[in-house]
Amino acid sequence: MMRKSILLVFIALLALGSTCFAEDLKVGFVYVSPVGDAGYSYAHDQGRLAVEAMDGVTTSFVESVAEGQDSERVILNMARKGYDVIFATSYGYMDPMLKVAKDFPKVTFMHCSGYKNAPNMANYFGRIYQARYLTGMVAGAMTKSKTLGYVAALPIPEVIRGINAFALGAQAVNPDVQVRVVWTKTWYDPATEKEAAKSLLDVGCDVIAQHQDSPGPQEAAQERGAYSIGYNTDMSSFAPKSHLTSAVWNWGPFYKEMVQQIKDGTWKSQFYWYGLDKGIVDIAPFGPMVPGDVQKKVLAKKLEIASGAYKVFSGPIRDQAGKEKVAAGAVMSDADLLGFNWFVQGVVGTLE
Amino acid sequence: MSPEILLSLLAATIQAGTPILFATLGEILTEKGGTLNMGVEGMMLVGALAGFLVALHTGSPVLAFVAGGLAGMGMAAVHGIVCIAFLGNQVVSGLALTIFGTGLAGYFGTRYIGQTAPGFDKFSLPILGELPVLGPILFQQDALVYTSYLIPPLMWAFLRYTRWGLGIRAAGESPAATRAAGLNVLGFRWAALLGGGILAGCGGSYLSLAYTHLWTNGLTSGRGWIAVALVIFAFWKPGRAMLGAYLFGGVMAFQLRLQAMGTALPSSILLMLPYVLTIAALAFSSWRGHRTEAPAALGVNVEPSE
Repeated sequence: MMRKSILLVFIALLALGSTCFAEDLKVGFVYVSPVGDAGYSYAHDQGRLAVEAMDGVTTSFVESVAEGQDSERVILNMARKGYDVIFATSYGYMDPMLKVAKDFPKVTFMHCSGYKNAPNMANYFGRIYQARYLTGMVAGAMTKSKTLGYVAALPIPEVIRGINAFALGAQAVNPDVQVRVVWTKTWYDPATEKEAAKSLLDVGCDVIAQHQDSPGPQEAAQERGAYSIGYNTDMSSFAPKSHLTSAVWNWGPFYKEMVQQIKDGTWKSQFYWYGLDKGIVDIAPFGPMVPGDVQKKVLAKKLEIASGAYKVFSGPIRDQAGKEKVAAGAVMSDADLLGFNWFVQGVVGTLE
Repeated sequence: MSPEILLSLLAATIQAGTPILFATLGEILTEKGGTLNMGVEGMMLVGALAGFLVALHTGSPVLAFVAGGLAGMGMAAVHGIVCIAFLGNQVVSGLALTIFGTGLAGYFGTRYIGQTAPGFDKFSLPILGELPVLGPILFQQDALVYTSYLIPPLMWAFLRYTRWGLGIRAAGESPAATRAAGLNVLGFRWAALLGGGILAGCGGSYLSLAYTHLWTNGLTSGRGWIAVALVIFAFWKPGRAMLGAYLFGGVMAFQLRLQAMGTALPSSILLMLPYVLTIAALAFSSWRGHRTEAPAALGVNVEPSE
């Protein structure tokens, strides 16, 4: 009798347990760098925390995962452990993830910044170039030497697009502004990136923007009394005296939307490329040195872009040589943007 | 190139060369004593992290710099235990030290990525800083750069004129003769190795305390290897180490400025320049037959007496 009742209680507990936990959606994240870097992975992890706060969802992450085979092992391991959704947040995870996705049709795979799809694997990215256009407007309004510096990682379409958007934004408020580009071929090398920023300051740039994760360029700008524009997250803490604003990621709303769709069964594999409209990208609060009328102008433009009334890459746009690439009235297609391989007029730098 | 850009390029050259100078001098001292230590990169990384952590927690850059040196010495001691005490293969142990140092610094340092620590800032030396041309290049730097100016002459004099310096050189040239003279060969080898470790650690902490005030995994990004190569370029002479380190730092700073000025050369080629220069310098010094200037017993282990 006693034994039977214990068994019954045990079964009841098990049943209770399974109803409590069965519906918990397990969501895994794979990051390319440490989450503490105040940069790219940190921004993704803020999004994960927003998902974690949802009901019936548990999340976990693996940081500093090298692209390539290491990442395949990590993604495979997550799939085997019964994760329902896996977000892989770096370009080089694309092929490994595709491989794992084929073997686990019931798991939903989300790959950031790539282009390969499967029925259970979607791509997503954010239109950070929209935020960069706005930061360009701020830089264009603040420069005295009409020369802006841009410390850039690698000449790939994502980075080129950002530089072009920044230049167009600056030219929108200050028509003959120049943007000088220095490539470092690094994503997080504070010493080299700082030195690159200094080299731009040496040739007369008075605002430094960047497309890397380290705050090295911000430090350089502050030391020389110039201005700076950050990337990924609000970088004001690294250079409070020089930081004008940053182009920032805000993944929370998107990640929550995706997880909700998967829970509801309405999720479809596709290419998600949201921007200011969904709040995936934004600009950080302005530094105190940015005048009120500039702030107002930039925020008005932000609303215009968010509503779709204004497109960043609408003609006329000329290339470095002055040749018209986009006619007046025309707008570049997403396909063109994803394959961007030329600089707009006013950018000084090579594409190699 | 305008004069202002040239001055600033040369000032940047000194700064970019300083961490390499510290490390190269350290490896020269170590090799003069007969020990080959290929673990410079690992010692620099651990030194950089130790310096950064002490700066972060105590707020004292001077203490942090000392800690960086001591951490480098600790790493060198590992090499010493393997090679001097247990007669292990010096090349293998050195390579292992680099891998170990990279992992160790990554393990303890990852959580500190993205934080800023206090460090050394630039200040102009009185009188010297006002000099035309030389002032802005050499004497408007940080305290660690000024320190690095003093080490090559001191090390030169130490190796040439002091009992300890002569003992270290003897231990590296002819351990048997040194022992026959009644000197403690292993003691001199240990001293050279540990001293070299301190300098390598100092070079690493220059990166996290002065060049930037940040830590990241792999902060040294190959500078330790450049130092190992520059020892040969320098013919094991402290003075020539300065030339090598600044040459390398200069090319590094120059290629970035060339990009900033708007050159048509592809950046991939420009970024390669410092490394091409290193290979060329090595080939040149070997071709001139200077390889024979290496300490005769370099890399050869010495059996403990009795």
